[in-house]
Amino acid sequence: MPLSLVLVVIVLLAALGYAMGRSRALAAGGGSARTLNSVPRYYGSYVALWAGLPSLVLLFIWNAADGAIIRGMVIDRIAMATSVTAPAALNLAFANVVNLANGALNSDGADPNLLAAAGYYNHLQDLSGQIAGALVLVLALCGLAYALRRVRPALRARNAVERVVHTLLMLSSLLAILTTVGIVLSLIFESIRFFTHVAPWDFLFGLQWSPQTALRADQVGSSSAFGAVPLFAGTLLIATIAMLVAVPVGLMSAIYLSEYASRRTRAVVKPLLEVLAGIPTVVYGFFAALTVAPFFRSLGQMAGLDVSSESALAAGIVMGIMIVPFVSSLSDDVINAVPQSLRDGSYGMGATRSETIRQVVLPAALPGIVGAFLLAVSRAVGETMIVVMAAGLAANLTFNPLEAVTTVTVQIATLLVGDQEFDSPKTLSVFALGLTLFLVTLCLNVIALRIVQKYREKYD
Amino acid sequence: MINLRIPASPAADDTVAAGQNVKFAARDVNVHYGNKHAIRGIDIDILENEVVAFIGPSGCGKSTFLRCLNRMNDTLDGCKVSGDIRLDGEDIYSPSVDVVHLRARVGMVFQKPNPFPKSIYDNVAYGPRIHGLCASQDELDATVERSLRGAGLWNEVKDRLADPGNGLSGGQQQRLCIARAIAVEPEVILMDEPCSALDPIATGLVEQLIDELRRRYTIVIVTHNMQQAARVSQKTAFFHLGDLAEFGETEAIFTNPRDERTQGYITGRYG
Repeated sequence: MPLSLVLVVIVLLAALGYAMGRSRALAAGGGSARTLNSVPRYYGSYVALWAGLPSLVLLFIWNAADGAIIRGMVIDRIAMATSVTAPAALNLAFANVVNLANGALNSDGADPNLLAAAGYYNHLQDLSGQIAGALVLVLALCGLAYALRRVRPALRARNAVERVVHTLLMLSSLLAILTTVGIVLSLIFESIRFFTHVAPWDFLFGLQWSPQTALRADQVGSSSAFGAVPLFAGTLLIATIAMLVAVPVGLMSAIYLSEYASRRTRAVVKPLLEVLAGIPTVVYGFFAALTVAPFFRSLGQMAGLDVSSESALAAGIVMGIMIVPFVSSLSDDVINAVPQSLRDGSYGMGATRSETIRQVVLPAALPGIVGAFLLAVSRAVGETMIVVMAAGLAANLTFNPLEAVTTVTVQIATLLVGDQEFDSPKTLSVFALGLTLFLVTLCLNVIALRIVQKYREKYD
Repeated sequence: MINLRIPASPAADDTVAAGQNVKFAARDVNVHYGNKHAIRGIDIDILENEVVAFIGPSGCGKSTFLRCLNRMNDTLDGCKVSGDIRLDGEDIYSPSVDVVHLRARVGMVFQKPNPFPKSIYDNVAYGPRIHGLCASQDELDATVERSLRGAGLWNEVKDRLADPGNGLSGGQQQRLCIARAIAVEPEVILMDEPCSALDPIATGLVEQLIDELRRRYTIVIVTHNMQQAARVSQKTAFFHLGDLAEFGETEAIFTNPRDERTQGYITGRYG
């Protein structure tokens, strides 16, 4: 029986269970919900969960396990029929069998042993599907019957259903946490592997970055080409330019929106600003590379300056525009959180609006605004696409914004594009870079959230 | 005459006879919030160096009218004020009046103490600084000290002027706000339920202060506490559903109210 059909049947049984549980509860309560422990729909959900949940779990486990079991049985059969014993050869033969069975390989002139094995494989697959379908359906029916039998007014159906929901919520959050832990652990372990090739000191403080030269094995130990300082410098340079654009523009637009704009203007302008945040970064990237960078180049030529066609300036400015809505939206929120009573106090003294903003509102909102800036910085540091397209790949150690620079994220992207060997320091360096970047943005975020939190407590 | 349309009590007439000037004269003041007619044709005269209490049930418009007197309602969206309000004979809603100057002359103390998130010193120095009242640091220091003394706070804070204003107790914060208001030497101080967030001891201090401030300033105070109105004010105005129901000598209002709505409110039958 195909998997999808089994799933549909389970869902139908659960729906049936819901209806039956509900009506049975009502009947048991003498037609009134008043005598029941829980509202009737909880009895329905209770029966539906008993019908659906165990059978779904069984289906999941079966499907996860049956591949390995079938594979073992087929390989045993191939080994008996062909007297091949080497594991690698057996694996290869098994792959052929699967392809034959799926029709991906032409069966004309194939090894009859393998053909027989392919038939056996198909037979096992069908058998497994049938057994699974039957077992799952029986389990679903048993669950349904068991739960229906238990439905009586005193049954605490709501508590049972809520326990299930509770567990579900917990599992969901656990999944997110476990994913993060997994990513961090893989970063750490691969970074440790990298640091067996390159000393952490050389990585963190080396002034030259040219991973390509280290491709040949005989150069690995002696090469100092994994000095990440040019990357950190490039990241810092671009993030600084971006913040120089985003902070004044974002902050001033936040002030305008929260203090000066009429309600109608605000209703139009704020969503428009937030559209900026919805533009995919790759679009910003080609805007930077095809429009902004050539513009600065021709501008520089007119002024007699030598501007590289891929410049930190272009990437930084476009990145700054990208994070403007980030800064303005967060700052707008914290400025709005400043109590009106403080503004009234200032106006009541005869202060003008700009005096009030400069001397009362902004100082009061400052911690939150700083928090917004730090979040924006971590966004800028982690941004990749714009820099890949507009800032170039050359790891120059320079603070001249008119030259091409590269960033940590760009190097990670370029090093992992295409074929890699996973034991070369070139590839492994990606993990060390990623770990560094992760630690930096983590610190920024923690500091930013601390500041924002502290600020919230002050007024609530 | 205290008031042109509402006959004042004989005692009130005596006060005018003593030769006090009319500080605020309001005629036919109406306030609309959107569709809501919040204040209906109020006429009132407030005399110099007098404490006037506005009382009445919640939502009766007393705070709204108070905020008309220094045009704080300007900052609210959809609020429309009509009628004639004169400060020393000058129409404060005339286009030639700069609201910034008006508010420097008519200071305000709010319901909830709202010190700025600055030091005690900077809170008091805020007004003199923005209005450029003090030429030198010494003069500013003197103004801050005089204002804090005026608010009865100097002895409590003189050793910690650099501490944040939010660190003071509620009553101290409210007196700090009063010090902040008198630092710009206003002529009138509007107080919007200044004691509603304070405990009885702090309230007593503020009330005592109001009585002292009366010598130099005209004070209009909105209060929900009728004992407070009776204690601190010379005149009392009773507002009801946007109308000025009764206005006269405080003593007369509390002992012998003429309007039955006033009587009902004061005796606690409603409100």
